[in-house]
Amino acid sequence: MGLEQFKNRNVGTQEYRVLDLQESPKTPMAKFAQVAKRTFKGELFVGLGVTVREMFNALFRGQMHTVKYPLEKLPISPRYRAIHEMLRLLESGHYRCIGCGLCEKICISNCISMDTRYDENQRKEVSEYTINFGRCIFCGYCAEVCPELAIVHGPRYETASEQRASFSLFEDMLTPIDKLSLQQEYDGFGAVSPNADENIKKTPLAY
Amino acid sequence: MSEVKTVENMVNIKIDGVEYQAVEGEYILNAARANEVFIPAICYLTRCSPTLACRICLVEADGKQVYACNAKVKEGMEITVNTPNILEERRAIMEVYDVNHPLQCGVCDKSGECELQNYTLELNVDSQSYAIPDTKREVQNWSSVLHYDPGLCIVCERCTTVCKDMIGDAAITTTKRGGEDIDKAFKESMPKDAYAMWNKLQKSLIAPSNGTDQTNCSDCGECIAVCPVGALVSRDFVYQSNAWDLKRVPAVSAHSSDGFAIYYETKPRSIEDRREKIFRVTNEWNYVSLDGAARFAYDFENEDATKDEAAFNAAVEAFKKAGTIRFNSVITNEEALMLQTLKEKMGVKLYNPEVRAFQKFLNHYQAASGRSLWSTDTDTIMKRADFVISVGSALRNDSPGMKYAFNNVQKLNKGAGLYFHPIGDTLISSFGKSIECFNHKPGLEEAALYLILDLFADVQKLPEEVKAYIDSFKTSETKTIKEKVEKTVKEMVKNEETGEEEEVSKKVKETVEKEITVEKNGLVDLLGGDSENFADAFDKMMKKKESFSMMVGEDLYFHEKAENIAKLIALIEATTSIDVVMAPPKSNALGVALICDLDDEATGYTVGYNENGDFRLSALGNGDLDMPAMNQQEGTFTTMSKRVVPTNAALPYDGYELNDLMKVLVGAPELTIDWTPMLPTQKGYKAVAFDDLPYGYSNDGRENRGYLLDITSTEAALPTVEKFAESAALEGEIAYRCNPARQFNDFTDKSHEIFEAFGVYASTAKAEELGERVEIMFDKGSIVMDVIADEKMEGDIVKVSDFRAAAGIYDLFGGSRYKNVTIKKV
Repeated sequence: MGLEQFKNRNVGTQEYRVLDLQESPKTPMAKFAQVAKRTFKGELFVGLGVTVREMFNALFRGQMHTVKYPLEKLPISPRYRAIHEMLRLLESGHYRCIGCGLCEKICISNCISMDTRYDENQRKEVSEYTINFGRCIFCGYCAEVCPELAIVHGPRYETASEQRASFSLFEDMLTPIDKLSLQQEYDGFGAVSPNADENIKKTPLAY
Repeated sequence: MSEVKTVENMVNIKIDGVEYQAVEGEYILNAARANEVFIPAICYLTRCSPTLACRICLVEADGKQVYACNAKVKEGMEITVNTPNILEERRAIMEVYDVNHPLQCGVCDKSGECELQNYTLELNVDSQSYAIPDTKREVQNWSSVLHYDPGLCIVCERCTTVCKDMIGDAAITTTKRGGEDIDKAFKESMPKDAYAMWNKLQKSLIAPSNGTDQTNCSDCGECIAVCPVGALVSRDFVYQSNAWDLKRVPAVSAHSSDGFAIYYETKPRSIEDRREKIFRVTNEWNYVSLDGAARFAYDFENEDATKDEAAFNAAVEAFKKAGTIRFNSVITNEEALMLQTLKEKMGVKLYNPEVRAFQKFLNHYQAASGRSLWSTDTDTIMKRADFVISVGSALRNDSPGMKYAFNNVQKLNKGAGLYFHPIGDTLISSFGKSIECFNHKPGLEEAALYLILDLFADVQKLPEEVKAYIDSFKTSETKTIKEKVEKTVKEMVKNEETGEEEEVSKKVKETVEKEITVEKNGLVDLLGGDSENFADAFDKMMKKKESFSMMVGEDLYFHEKAENIAKLIALIEATTSIDVVMAPPKSNALGVALICDLDDEATGYTVGYNENGDFRLSALGNGDLDMPAMNQQEGTFTTMSKRVVPTNAALPYDGYELNDLMKVLVGAPELTIDWTPMLPTQKGYKAVAFDDLPYGYSNDGRENRGYLLDITSTEAALPTVEKFAESAALEGEIAYRCNPARQFNDFTDKSHEIFEAFGVYASTAKAEELGERVEIMFDKGSIVMDVIADEKMEGDIVKVSDFRAAAGIYDLFGGSRYKNVTIKKV
């Protein structure tokens, strides 16, 4: 559906058609006659016919118009901010998070917390990471500030559970390693802008 | 150099058209900082010599481009901080620093407090014009605490400068980087200073100066503190926390008596364990340099203490029947005052062998000099003195603040120094060229003081007897010395070609005997010096010297002749222009000495506070009742600089405090810090509430912590001093009570980043002779200890650690730091 008609807010110049309304009956007898006429006209079956036809189309011709929620879900806008996901690097499968702590710092409800350590490969390892979803207001700042596109908002909007804490560990949010091929690149809040290349100044290299 | 602002030594300067006043002879950069004008600078350290590595402090003074860190202000000087050319240079310099600097700010420990980040943003560097192939640079661990990532290093040389000019270890230096040469084209195209700086940068990196991959230093970590980037980090702190996550708690180092200003930096331990933990200690490195204990001994808290009512009641009972309270100097002024109150109201004895000798010494000094405290402090020495004398302290171990001052004077004030100590120390003589070390026999400390009188005293002021006594050591003798002289000898030689004899002159070396008169000073020889050469050497040392200081150490307090020594020091102060500073033995020894009325011995039932006793109060968590450790309580310390400084609680504590006991025993105010204004005013303390005590340094480096003790001074007649007995010199096998650097007490021992072992330290040769483990027999008992070799020690005297209270080392040594012992291999 186009949006043109909504965008035109100049109401006065549009063409309106006046409904063909008959005059309301005045006497009790005339009122009764109108009711009886409308009741027994058979329009009920016209509507019923439409229903049966659509049911037939949906069941036997594959023209279903509704979604079988919760078995099926509609795709959601990438800008929707639901439960966080932690992405992995597509090449190595290693988690993207470098433990810089910016999400922890920017979080306005102070619900992100992380522990880091110096690992055997002289790298910073995120030894623990948690988001307290009891406090999270899904503002999206963490995804926006993340320099690695590691923490993003996923489409999982059903947040009802017995314990909100059950969403919150690093492993829960991390893309399962066997589903790495299914990992979607995130283009919502905080993603690289489509014209990012134009804004980058190149650094000379001596190699 | 002179820190006193007077009308005479101030000059008027203009910075960017605004008039300011500056101390004459000060560097432009310091003058600007003192006036709160910002000039960018990376490599300069306030109390060290300018390195000129970064060149970013370029300014224009009277139309000429100069480096603000090494150009001095002159009357009427007009300074411009930014000109188009300077801005271009600065931007180019920052671009060069960013060449090949890893883009790993996200993981870097310095991120958020990194000067490279700050100046890159400050100078708006948003593009890069230069490039050079990178060199492989591997991460190194230099010692048990130092972690160096050369990849992040910008070779500003702040670490090497502070290590040399302030700490004195000179343990790190620049080394070859082995990088490629800079593209010739850049020489033409880029700004001049930036090119010169890049040229230097591309050639060097930092490495241990002893040629190995391990530093042989005191592990003070000051290089970590001054590093502007993440290249130098404490090994324990690597990737542990971001700077901005840490809460800074202003405090005082609880270990040495310097009372260094530190910040405990805390945050919750981990996600599961939300208890606060100290992650590191930082300092205002432009104004104060820490030792290893102050920086790394921070996790000595008494964890998980609870209010154990049974133990508390037992403690109350113990105090009621106590004859003595034994404690040490790890205690705040407030707690010391509480103990003194207990003494006054309940009549218990206060026993503190660590401080008692110092207190007595101080009393003798006060009686002899009429002054309540000594006249100078280490900061003033660094700012003004150009001649320092150290008597009676193992400078490297006892007092880091004094060691830094001794070294700093040599390096920055073109100073000279005399070091009197029985144990030879190779580090001290490496501080400068004009240092004479006297490794005298223990017991001859008085001779050292007489020598100082001889060398520095105004003869007019000296009492006749003293003058005569000193002169009695002087002899002159005639001596025949052999001298080599060149002589011209004429000789007749037959010319082989002509056959004629010719006269030829030849130069011949000849040894001639010559008689000369040599002035000998018996004092110098007695102290192990060589009086023939000393006179000349001393004349050289005294050239252009104006301000003299003397550092007095613990050996003199723990001395049989302490009273005479105190008088000699008073006499030195009265008859020479030498200013004196004394090192209180440990932590808050000065506070205890001033506040408490200590007793000479313990009698009856003893309550030990962090010490042995029948009932033990302990902040170490191993006593009968828990007490808060120094990082868990607020209160004040009295430092060597005669300052009363506040310290704050970095970590929570849930147990009972001494004040709770006081409430039950004799009645006490609500909080420990309510005692602060009650500190004795007759001893120089002021009635200032704890919360009104300031903490910090101003931009011109003035210390603004707490308050200075009031010093009273009355006219006193010159003290009558006694002669010394040469026979007092100790001979034979000698043990010296002295801790390794970084160890001061049980609390430093408890800290996980302090590795110095409890044992007997000996010079390499002596350690080899002793073997691995020895039994040291004193007249009062014996102790078995491990032998540890200390490369920097010389001679046969061994150092016995005393930092574990439970080992009872003070009892073994008694009233002296030196003891004749028998050492047996075990």
